[in-house]
Amino acid sequence: MADPMRIRATMKDGVTDVRVLMAHPMETGFRKDSSGKVVPSHYINDVKATSGGKTVLAAKWGQAISQNPYLQFRFKGAKAGDKVTVTWTDNTGDTRTDEAVIS
Amino acid sequence: MTTRRDALKHTGLLALLVGCGAITAQQALAAEAPGFDAKTIDAALAALGGKPVESKDITITSPDIAENGAVVPIAVTSTLPKTEAIYIIVEKNPFPLTAAFTIPDGTEPYVATRAKMGESSKVYAVVKADGKLYATSKETKVTLGGCGG
Repeated sequence: MADPMRIRATMKDGVTDVRVLMAHPMETGFRKDSSGKVVPSHYINDVKATSGGKTVLAAKWGQAISQNPYLQFRFKGAKAGDKVTVTWTDNTGDTRTDEAVIS
Repeated sequence: MTTRRDALKHTGLLALLVGCGAITAQQALAAEAPGFDAKTIDAALAALGGKPVESKDITITSPDIAENGAVVPIAVTSTLPKTEAIYIIVEKNPFPLTAAFTIPDGTEPYVATRAKMGESSKVYAVVKADGKLYATSKETKVTLGGCGG
């Protein structure tokens, strides 16, 4: 199981600003380790954020997203105290879900 | 005639290619979403649904010069009505299509993330609005490549 995400969701003028920091190596599959062996690709390829039972953002990623990915997006229609849930899935099938309360 | 110097030069270049751009079959299979396995920007755009129209209503926020290609902050904002999706494409990466965001109703057409760039390249933001594709681009110079991740 991967390390937890850090999610911050803040509300301003009816718009919820969500910042997510995921803990993931995001290996491209191009890099070699010290012994010269190619490190197999290991990256998040699917991200989904929901709030109040509604999808607020869906993303598909390639290998070119940086290590420990950062994501920021904004959506309307939530209120303070609501929850935002973020789920990622990587190319090895590993998955992690975390949630944060909008403040 | 192949001199020793030439041979060395070629070996170095080959090593660089393997490090940065060589692709194994496994990686080609790993990308399931359309466009992510495309190796050229044209192929990626074809997978997204054709040639986009140049638009001034899309803004890319990224550094003019990125010191570290492994972490390049990229943000995309669109003011086009009915924005449905935002794609980030780095022209000279081994797989240009970097991210595809689906923007549902109620979500602002804005995303920010950080991407890896192997070398200085144009960054394209492609926006799908009302079923049509629009794009804008911005040149970002990389002083230290992000091949290693």
